[in-house]
Amino acid sequence: MTSAENLRAFKRDGRIVVVGASLAGLRAAETLRDEGFTGSLTMIGDELGEPYDRPPLSKQVLTGWVPADGTKLPRRREIDAEWLLGVPAGGLDLKTNQVRLADGREIPFDRVLIATGVRARPWFVESEAALDGVFVVRTREHAEGLRRALAAGPRRVLVIGAGFTGSEIASVCRERDIPVTVAELAAAPLVGALGAMIGEVAADMQRAHGVDLKCGVKVTRLEGDAQGRFRRAHFDDGTTIDADVAVVALGGIRNTEWLRDSGLAAGVWGIACDTGCRALTLDGLITDDIFVAGDVARCPNPVYEYRLISLEHWANAVEQAEVAAHNMVSAQADRWPHLSLPVFWSIQFGVNIKSVGVPTFADEVVVTQGSVPDHRFVAAYGYRGRVTAAVSFDNAKWLDHYRQLIETAAPFPPPCPTPDQPADMKPVPVDFPGPALLAQGATVVVTGHDPGERRVTAAQQHHR
Amino acid sequence: MTTTETPDTLRRILDYSSRADPYPLYAELRKTPVAPQEDGGYVISTYRELSDILHNPHLSSDVRNLSHPMESFDQARTPSFINLDPPAHDRLRRLAMRHFGPPHRPGLVTGMEGDLRAVVGGLIDGFEGRERIDIVDDFAYPFPVTVICHLLGVPREDEPRFHGWVDALINSIDYDPKTDPKEKLENGLQARKDLQQYLGGLLEQRHGRPGDDLLSRLANDDGPDGRMTDEEIVATANLLLIAGHETTVNLITNGMLTLLRHPHELRRLRDRPDLVVPLVEELLRYEPPVHIIPWRAAYSDITVGGTVIPKGSRIMLMLASGSRDPKRFHEPDRFDPDRRDNQHLGFGSGIHLCFGGPLARLETQIALTELVRRLQGPRLVADPPPYRPSPVLRGPIHLHVEQTDG
Repeated sequence: MTSAENLRAFKRDGRIVVVGASLAGLRAAETLRDEGFTGSLTMIGDELGEPYDRPPLSKQVLTGWVPADGTKLPRRREIDAEWLLGVPAGGLDLKTNQVRLADGREIPFDRVLIATGVRARPWFVESEAALDGVFVVRTREHAEGLRRALAAGPRRVLVIGAGFTGSEIASVCRERDIPVTVAELAAAPLVGALGAMIGEVAADMQRAHGVDLKCGVKVTRLEGDAQGRFRRAHFDDGTTIDADVAVVALGGIRNTEWLRDSGLAAGVWGIACDTGCRALTLDGLITDDIFVAGDVARCPNPVYEYRLISLEHWANAVEQAEVAAHNMVSAQADRWPHLSLPVFWSIQFGVNIKSVGVPTFADEVVVTQGSVPDHRFVAAYGYRGRVTAAVSFDNAKWLDHYRQLIETAAPFPPPCPTPDQPADMKPVPVDFPGPALLAQGATVVVTGHDPGERRVTAAQQHHR
Repeated sequence: MTTTETPDTLRRILDYSSRADPYPLYAELRKTPVAPQEDGGYVISTYRELSDILHNPHLSSDVRNLSHPMESFDQARTPSFINLDPPAHDRLRRLAMRHFGPPHRPGLVTGMEGDLRAVVGGLIDGFEGRERIDIVDDFAYPFPVTVICHLLGVPREDEPRFHGWVDALINSIDYDPKTDPKEKLENGLQARKDLQQYLGGLLEQRHGRPGDDLLSRLANDDGPDGRMTDEEIVATANLLLIAGHETTVNLITNGMLTLLRHPHELRRLRDRPDLVVPLVEELLRYEPPVHIIPWRAAYSDITVGGTVIPKGSRIMLMLASGSRDPKRFHEPDRFDPDRRDNQHLGFGSGIHLCFGGPLARLETQIALTELVRRLQGPRLVADPPPYRPSPVLRGPIHLHVEQTDG
């Protein structure tokens, strides 16, 4: 058979398994059907229930505007799939092309899409995490639990971590007139994602809305009462704070443990793939039948020196899933690269924050439009004289222009004045707390000498 | 040479004789996406370039940034937000949006559905026993006028007074000193003064009298941005009154015309009223009510589509041409209500995106669904119908339809 005939046969009655039945998995399945795939489609997901949208879980669900079970993802079309829900995947065998479920079932495939996403990073002491009143927010059950706790009128809420999720939850608390303390290890909120200049604005916003913001501190212990209810948090400076609810917002852990023995380049940083969303093996070789999309994918972006970047962004999950699905049922010559620039948004303290590009890939930042004191502005990020990202506060409609500047490697700082001229247009150092784009320690070791026997094996991986 | 060719194409587009079908001329125009004109201005006609420039912060809507100010512009008057840049634009639009949509008044437009259906139902009841109907005078004009009057708090019975002013005003938008009689401009300026004086009078009565209409709300509101000045309220009300019906009239009429030209789609809509949502989007692409943004200004040098437009230049944006660009839309000249990925320029784009878009959508959705449901075997009397003079806000001046038993 020619490869064209093979492809036709595969599209007609091949077997595709999608591991991960959330946003990326669902959109990929819909695209597969759109592209004419009529074979068998199996959706594997560890959560029960239909796929749902997560951004509202830290916003509208917590304010009570939208019920936790009211964020089901709209269906673009019928996907005619077999749904295996409630049991996570436990392993992947590349030799026999099977996904093994945690309950031992084995699901064969011709091609598989991995979209297992991210889970919330739990509080590091298990017994403290189990206290009544201690929450993370990732699933709709989490959100419903936290919504109820907020509705009960807590005396104070402690939010641990002032990234986007933590800041959004603090914002909801203030909207509901609940006293809230935010504890952040870094010097300001959002600083890890957007740098010191924006961090300062975010800190201003929080304080202006009555948040008790504590930066540069670490929570060392969550203390419960005799009934196992959270009551008090201890900080590394020796102080304490009394609260009824603690929200642990320390980011996510990529769901890759199930791939530990698969031979794929999977680890704490995600699963490495090419721009066509095909997974790499530990050796860095490209696979033919294993595809990756969404939060768990780590994809090179040519705009950023081909660095492998993993993104926990809604739009990225959708776009990457569509590209992956297209490529799964296309011949080599018809495949697409996933090249879109990252876009991210957040709503907090009444302000719409949106970004385009990769702000951590920058050495300088400059306000280009609007007014920082009014919390209405656009800031452009630059790396060695070219624009690499932009962030807007209540000015999202301009970001398309900045996307274009990034795509065309336009000079930084952008030269021409606009009508909405900021008072100060001097670039300042972007100042991130850590080397955000660099990996966290050794992840692999290389063995063998002859080209035929050189291999990579995973180093000890530990999650904290 | 494009520099001699395109000015001619533009002149032909603006000429009344091409009003019924400007689309072949738009195709000619698109051969030069960013076309310099003899008078130093630029015409942009392709989707990508239009979309780029509408999001470009160096594009100004403030006439003061043109190096050659236009005669048709009264420098003394207070501009409405459509003719302002940030931050003044943003402030005024925010102040107005507080009373019109989310987050402060999220349910307003959807909450109007019952009233809109009642107005539409009443107008169609009036067709009974009549063989010939003018979709414009009998329906597409009175409907949105009633709605915007109610919303703003302008007495419906004053309609004959402001109808004449609005007509004169719209006519003067595309005033060309080379070809048009000075009278056209003067009538427009006088109409503007009269309309403003009229709205100012209404506003005076609203101060200190809280009410639910926009004029009362604007007159008595004290939000985080403070209150609009009286001049700003009048300018805003003036804008919303004109934009709130002039454009919707054409959208509804263009819609009915398009359906009558595509009987299959008309029947589908009658059988499946829920199709009206994508159908109105396709209409906004295929036969939009606003064809041209007659001018914007380059605040500083703007590079678009590889052309540098110098600071101070006048830029004309051919939105309806962009929505028919084959580089963006598959088979752009086909009316296809099932079209996906239909990001048309019917409401513009960027910060000046149509303020009343959500209302216009709902009005047109209800109007078209009810017209096709209740008209008995409608048939076009004349195709093409007679058009209004304006190439900017383009639409039939009358659309005569006969009911047959079919």
